[in-house]
Amino acid sequence: MTAQVQEPEVKSGAAGAKKFPGWDSRKYNYFEPKGRKATHYEDMTVDVQPDPERYLLQDWIISFADGTPTYSKDWTKLKSSDWHKFRAPDQEWERTHYQRQSTIVGMIKNVVDNARKSGAPARFDPRWVKILQDHLGAYKHAEYGLGKATMQAQRYGYTQMINNAILTNSSYKLRFSQDLTLYLSEIGMDLPVFDATAGKTHWMEDPIWQGVREATEAVMGATDYLEQYFATNVVFEPLVAELFRSGFIMQMAAAQNDFATPAVVSAAEADYEQNLANSVELFHLLAQDPEHGEANRQVMEGWLEKHGTLCVKAANQLQPVWSQPRVKVAQFNDALAAASNRLKAICAEIGIEVPAALTATTANDTQPAAEA
Amino acid sequence: MPDGLTLNKIIAQKGISIGEAARRVADLGWTPSYVQEAMTFPTDYKISKAPKDPMKQVLRSYFPMQEEKDNRVYGALDAALRGDMFRNVEPRWVEWMKLFLAIIPFPEISAARSMAMVGRLAPGDDLRTGFTMQMVDEFRHSTIQMNLKKWYMENYIDPAGFDITEAAFGKCYATSIGRQFGEAFVTGDAITAANIYLTVVAETAFTNTLFVAMPSEAARNGDYALPTVFLSVQSDESRHIGNGHSLLMSILNNPDNHQLLERDLKYAFWQNHAIVDAAIGTIIEYGTTNRDKNKESYAELWHRWIFEDYYRTYMLPLEKYGIKIHHDDVHEAFDRIVKKNYVHKVAQFFSAGWWANFWRIEAMTERDFEWFEHKYPGWYDEFGAWWENYAKLSKPGNPPITFVDTGYVYPHRCWSNLVPCLIREDIVVDEVDGEIFTYGHEVDRWTHKVAFQGEYQGRPTPAMGRFSGHREWESMYHGWDLADAIKDMGFVRPDGKTLIAQPHLSFEEKDMWTLDHVRGYEIKSPLITLRGMTPEQRDAHIAEYKKGFKVHKI
Ligand SMILES: [Fe+2]
Ligand SMILES: [Fe+2]
Repeated sequence: MTAQVQEPEVKSGAAGAKKFPGWDSRKYNYFEPKGRKATHYEDMTVDVQPDPERYLLQDWIISFADGTPTYSKDWTKLKSSDWHKFRAPDQEWERTHYQRQSTIVGMIKNVVDNARKSGAPARFDPRWVKILQDHLGAYKHAEYGLGKATMQAQRYGYTQMINNAILTNSSYKLRFSQDLTLYLSEIGMDLPVFDATAGKTHWMEDPIWQGVREATEAVMGATDYLEQYFATNVVFEPLVAELFRSGFIMQMAAAQNDFATPAVVSAAEADYEQNLANSVELFHLLAQDPEHGEANRQVMEGWLEKHGTLCVKAANQLQPVWSQPRVKVAQFNDALAAASNRLKAICAEIGIEVPAALTATTANDTQPAAEA
Repeated sequence: MPDGLTLNKIIAQKGISIGEAARRVADLGWTPSYVQEAMTFPTDYKISKAPKDPMKQVLRSYFPMQEEKDNRVYGALDAALRGDMFRNVEPRWVEWMKLFLAIIPFPEISAARSMAMVGRLAPGDDLRTGFTMQMVDEFRHSTIQMNLKKWYMENYIDPAGFDITEAAFGKCYATSIGRQFGEAFVTGDAITAANIYLTVVAETAFTNTLFVAMPSEAARNGDYALPTVFLSVQSDESRHIGNGHSLLMSILNNPDNHQLLERDLKYAFWQNHAIVDAAIGTIIEYGTTNRDKNKESYAELWHRWIFEDYYRTYMLPLEKYGIKIHHDDVHEAFDRIVKKNYVHKVAQFFSAGWWANFWRIEAMTERDFEWFEHKYPGWYDEFGAWWENYAKLSKPGNPPITFVDTGYVYPHRCWSNLVPCLIREDIVVDEVDGEIFTYGHEVDRWTHKVAFQGEYQGRPTPAMGRFSGHREWESMYHGWDLADAIKDMGFVRPDGKTLIAQPHLSFEEKDMWTLDHVRGYEIKSPLITLRGMTPEQRDAHIAEYKKGFKVHKI
């Protein structure tokens, strides 16, 4: 008899069931983590969009008619000695993005439901209601425009980290434009007089809003994706968006008996903090680039001048809005000064100069005395 | 409390209907008058009719719904670990996930990028919410798949191959086939890429095989994680299909587009077939240990999903708009799967070049043979000897099967879809811009020479893309020693010598091939070789190639 005693074969597919070369190689090992250890975000993101200079042996295999490959460094004027260095400080991947977005959605829903349940909109100052209808109603289109611009821009970045940061930026902007739209529609149902279409009319026709619309369209119309990203977060947000959201809505609302609107609008402030952190990190890297830093700073300063000029004009055209509430608890000049300081602080972090024309922010020094 | 008066009704307040909400959200758009929007995505299509949103959704209901889906996915992954899933998982299956999950996150994120393109080109703002959701969905798919892959790497017995995943994606001859798929979503004519190729064909026709058939097979192999993730991914697809169909209807509206549409449906259907069926067909049929004769074969699944569901209910109805549908291509694709053994030939090829892989392929055994013969009569006669040889040569010390005289002829590669020209009689050789190219089929030749050009049937198509890059993998390593090429690709384990790929599933160190075992064999590019021939030699070579081969037992 040849009773061969076979060793019981390890029949497990689990880690550690057997030791052999490579059995414990349990980390993605093809990129340099930014910190000591790779974060989960880095593992989900880095190198998913390939690069012929890293691992793409066969190069990009489809091109546009003019020979431009699937991804090209030429889609922005900025240059980098290492595009792959950037990591988004907010570390978003799908799970954190949905968690954050749905927390915001839930927060807004609670605020709006409770406000409406307690009959709050009916207690808003009537002049304030008209301001929400006309001006917050107009402003929501700016958010939408920037959402579209960043959605366009996320196609063009040279790495997955850049594109995903721009993608989530777009997701936040488009959500917020819808938050405002639906919020206004809902409080409108509780109010005797409210025209939900008035905002768009003001956006398209009211001289107060034409500067903002022009500045928004300039971002949408830019063909350099990093110009779009820069103009959105470095220029438009502080000079126009925060100016209006923080410097007007958030500060004025309470005095007009409105506790709901600031809660809705505050979501955008928090969104912006993240998007700002991501963009400052990216533009700082590019401004300090050992090879291209100086040229990059010049390009960015050019964008700052182009979009800054439009945004300062837009901001100044908004000035009459500050005079409209019955109870005036905030001054346009203060808001504009804060916006200007914010811009300076952001640019200082990036490491670029703010052109003199943009620091002399106000067109007129005094608030118009006359009110409609 | 009076009948019918519930707490819910007492506190309920007037809300706007979902239709009204979607309408107001769509009204956020306007026509710019100060600065025109950037026109950066080229297309030769003309779209003037604004597409309608069939789904009527807003983002505030989307995010919580997706978060909930995520919670179920991550909960199930935790449960799988608590249930010790990996103790019973079939390594034959998980090995193929090294290939599949190296490929798929890139096409997914490319789909997110392509939403920029359709978002820009679709007139009006009705579909913007749909495109936004799809953009975020595809970001979800890409990163959730990276997460699944990391989870396999952390918990499966052999992590090698998962650990280099995105680097491997850039180097491997098989992943570049998947890259052709992903790049095709975002490059060239924007409508061809982002609407027809991605949505109208890949998502509408082929995601069922990818995201429904694969999970079923995973479950049969003790893998409960992949189904959790991929069925969740698939649940987003109906939205994407809706987006694509809506835009397609706008495109159809202009008869001037019909010629381009016919071209693109032909190209996209054929190439999706060539690429997706090669990859998913092989993984489902050869990555499984389940040989239940009652389950559907890939050919049967294809017939149900692609032929019955897609071709009959989606493609054929387009004829009533005056679009010419290429029925012959659909029938031919099906014939290639049932009669010409396309999937089996791809599996054979993957195993022939096992040393260039970053996953393991084990030999098929008697049990497998019986099932294949049952589902594909005649299978054993054509492939039995191959797999018996493969088993025989699977231990180190043998020459790699590629370099043993088994009768197998190393294939040419298709310049269009990058899968080798495995159905030998279908190979086509042609000249484009003064260079010789090989193609797997006449439609592939047409794709390169006719479709991807600046003019189509006399009509200028300035937006159409071009094939570029080093599309034949072998030419990158022409004249290289196998060991040097493998090292160059980085497909070596951390000890610096043991190959990641192995032609078996043994986890004994003594059974594992090292660089030394594969040194002394030279890689040759079939294309470079063919181009080096005289026209007469070339004709003779191709005539011989078309005759095919018969593998004999060694
Ligand atoms: Fe997807
Ligand atoms: Fe999709």
